[in-house]
Amino acid sequence: MSENPGHNQLEEVLRLRGVRKSYNVGLPTETEVLHGINLTLQRRDFAALIGNSGSGKSTLLNLVGLLDTPTSGEIEVLGEATHTIGDRRRTMLRGRSIGFVFQFHHLIQAFTALENVLMPLMVAHGKPSAKQNALALSLLKEVGLGDYASRKPDQLSGGQQQRVAVARALVTHPALLLADEPTGNLDSKSAAEVFDLFRKFNQKFGCAVLLVTHDANLSGQCDRIITLTDGRIESDSGGVVSIDQ
Amino acid sequence: MWTEWTIATKFLREGRSQSALILIGIGVGVAVIVFITALITGLQDNIIDRTLGTQAHIKLSAPEEINRILPVDDDSVQLILESKRAQRLRSINNWLQLRDVLDSLPEVTAVSPIISGPAFARRGEALQSVALVGIDSERYQQILPISDDMIDGIFSVGAGKAVIGKQLAIELGISVGDKLRLQTGQDGDSVLSVAGIFELGVRELDARYVYLDMSQAQSLLNLPGAATVIDMTVTQIFNADEIATRIRKLTGQKVESWMETNAQLLNALQSQSLSTNMISVFVALSVALGIASVLSVSVVQRTREIGILRAIGISRSKMLRVFLIQGALFGLLGSLLGGLSGYLLVWVFNTFGPKLFFIPVDPNLLFAATVLATLTGVVSASIPARRAAQLDPVEAIRHV
Repeated sequence: MSENPGHNQLEEVLRLRGVRKSYNVGLPTETEVLHGINLTLQRRDFAALIGNSGSGKSTLLNLVGLLDTPTSGEIEVLGEATHTIGDRRRTMLRGRSIGFVFQFHHLIQAFTALENVLMPLMVAHGKPSAKQNALALSLLKEVGLGDYASRKPDQLSGGQQQRVAVARALVTHPALLLADEPTGNLDSKSAAEVFDLFRKFNQKFGCAVLLVTHDANLSGQCDRIITLTDGRIESDSGGVVSIDQ
Repeated sequence: MWTEWTIATKFLREGRSQSALILIGIGVGVAVIVFITALITGLQDNIIDRTLGTQAHIKLSAPEEINRILPVDDDSVQLILESKRAQRLRSINNWLQLRDVLDSLPEVTAVSPIISGPAFARRGEALQSVALVGIDSERYQQILPISDDMIDGIFSVGAGKAVIGKQLAIELGISVGDKLRLQTGQDGDSVLSVAGIFELGVRELDARYVYLDMSQAQSLLNLPGAATVIDMTVTQIFNADEIATRIRKLTGQKVESWMETNAQLLNALQSQSLSTNMISVFVALSVALGIASVLSVSVVQRTREIGILRAIGISRSKMLRVFLIQGALFGLLGSLLGGLSGYLLVWVFNTFGPKLFFIPVDPNLLFAATVLATLTGVVSASIPARRAAQLDPVEAIRHV
């Protein structure tokens, strides 16, 4: 497995400037969910994003993950401004630089664990090379599923599926790993395993982790805790650089 | 394309029962189209073969005789009570030269001058009205290979010989070698020996045709050196009308193609083709709708997976292609299945059917059906595929 010692741990992977998001724009029901978010994340960051439901966590995560576009404001990923680029480029940037882990361990049921891990490389480059295969297999070993490579998702437990999803999120060596309630669906043992994996990869790959969670126990273990209340960042503790308001 | 292909085939294999059902559905549709097309093509070829088997594609005869009306002064009114002229039997002018000109036309394959007229055939007390057909045996056989239809004796119209149909032979009680007396209104009267008896399967011909040598018929009909009709066959039977028109302009004679004389038959054939095409179109339409609905359901079922694929970086165009490929595969595999079943049906029909006619097996039909069905698959997949490509990843991932 290639480690990335070359990465500057303070390299900025994400910058949000005055990001606002409204739904039903132009309709009488227009609601602004995020009211001007400023935020930066660096490679070494291991951050929890917490907040009550309805505070805009998921919306923020979708924006950061380039799955959605802000109504106004700027989002830069690895220094590249994203508000002017088209869907094609945004998709490419997302595939290359951002890894996702969702609550319901979304694996593609028709593919084996190994193929699921390879999927981000397949959609970007086509048929995976032997080297990419080896990388995916080593990641599966890393998450403790080396022997399960040829199993289909429905032959794996929830915790195992989530670990496959973590391996998949990391196969492209993303700069940023986004996790939406990644342990919400798991028993405490599996949850701890998955969390440890995040920690491990954060240190090993220098991949910033932003983790949305309700679990105070989990967020307590993070280096940085960003609290979102009613679409505003209420507090941001433990970060290397505090947010510039 | 590798990625799209892999995802598409995995998806199809995962939804195995769904895929199998729609493949059977497409197969049945394509089998119906292939079978009905082959059946109707076979039937029509057969009908045309039978119709043209006993007649020339184009017939040339002398123009009808008409009354010439004397022109009158401009300021007078002319009232005419016209008594149409009786069309006497007469020769085509310069038919020998005409024959040579027609011989030189590339689209005309055979030219056979004939002299034909009415007569009575008599044997003892029995009297039958017949049509004398004086032929140049060699040329005539290029139009109608009557030697193949002989049931007794040989086809020979040499000096003093005649060949008659089976029905006439029965009615006059004649067998090969017997004498036959022919009388015409033009004081012609001669006795010939019957060299052979044919059966064409068309009652009118089998009961009335008496084949003679041209010169024999000319003397019986009192038209020395004459030919009343020139029969022709052409390479492209459905161009007969066009060729007839050209020959009419070229020669100034009366020229009729089989398409004019069999207008009703052609009309029937066209209606039949039209209804076959209608059936094919509607079957194809329901096949297309079947593919579209199966893929639409699949897109809904896979909404979350599509969202995930989009999140991990698959582009809209690749997502689109994943579903287009599925549609194409449905069309391709379904039509192969259906095409083979269709041919099986044709084989069953040919082997165990009523054996009224044979359905030819045209490999091009299978090829055309496969190509068309694959295209239909792609087109039908385009709507669900577009929906898959346009899915908002955020909502797709949340979809349960």
